[in-house]
Amino acid sequence: MTAFPSPLVGYLLVAAVLFAIGLAGALVRRNAIIVLIGIELMLNSANLNLIAFWRFGPHPEALTGMMFAILSIAVAAAEAAVGLGLIISIYRHTNTAELDKINRLKG
Amino acid sequence: MNAVFYLLAAITIAGGLAAILLKHLIHAALAVTVAFGGIALLFLQLDAQFVGFAQFLVYIGAVAILIVFAILLTHGAELPREGVFSKSWITALIIAAGVFAVTGWAVLQSVDAVPQRNTVPAVSVHDIGNALVGRYVLPLEIVGLLLTAATIGAVIVAMLEKERSR
Repeated sequence: MTAFPSPLVGYLLVAAVLFAIGLAGALVRRNAIIVLIGIELMLNSANLNLIAFWRFGPHPEALTGMMFAILSIAVAAAEAAVGLGLIISIYRHTNTAELDKINRLKG
Repeated sequence: MNAVFYLLAAITIAGGLAAILLKHLIHAALAVTVAFGGIALLFLQLDAQFVGFAQFLVYIGAVAILIVFAILLTHGAELPREGVFSKSWITALIIAAGVFAVTGWAVLQSVDAVPQRNTVPAVSVHDIGNALVGRYVLPLEIVGLLLTAATIGAVIVAMLEKERSR
């Protein structure tokens, strides 16, 4: 029925596409907030891989992949809070959130 | 099942693409919310209800709002005159395409090796709670500590400037 040899391969390919999109966004855009959005997309695609392997792999009752995904969602939320706090702090300092204008380490 | 999977995959990828291509930051934030929702629905499709709803709560409920607040506080709604893409965008696209080529090739190469188990795992929220305070209690405590430290750190980082200029 499916075009993919197994459903897991479909999910892995979707996650690979999302990871590439997130990486492209983090590298291509100049605004720091879009870079953070790209990083969030990459983290999400990794979570999708973890859950897909949990679903189709052996011993789902051990809950390993699911626990990894839950803890990784918590870490990603903490990372988003710190990252956006840093962006706001840098904006107050330099009056811009464009990354190629933030080019000095001195405060 | 397959039609639903293709639909959700298309929504998720379209949301992700729109998030990095749209010029206005607010539009990008809305598009990435669509991508987060698509991923949450893919989790539900994978019979991981708890993680799916956690994704809804954490990403659509909290991270999307945080992003919108950051756009608001950095006046991101104004478009920069120099354009939104960096000067070295071709190199960046080549790197991203290369990463996708390698991961896609690796996935397609390992088609025969990936597990094929197709029974729905019988895991309830009760089991997840028991595992969280049983076998996985140390990671849970560490994540709690990390969240506390990160919250305090984010507040201090965002507050420091104000006190100094006073």
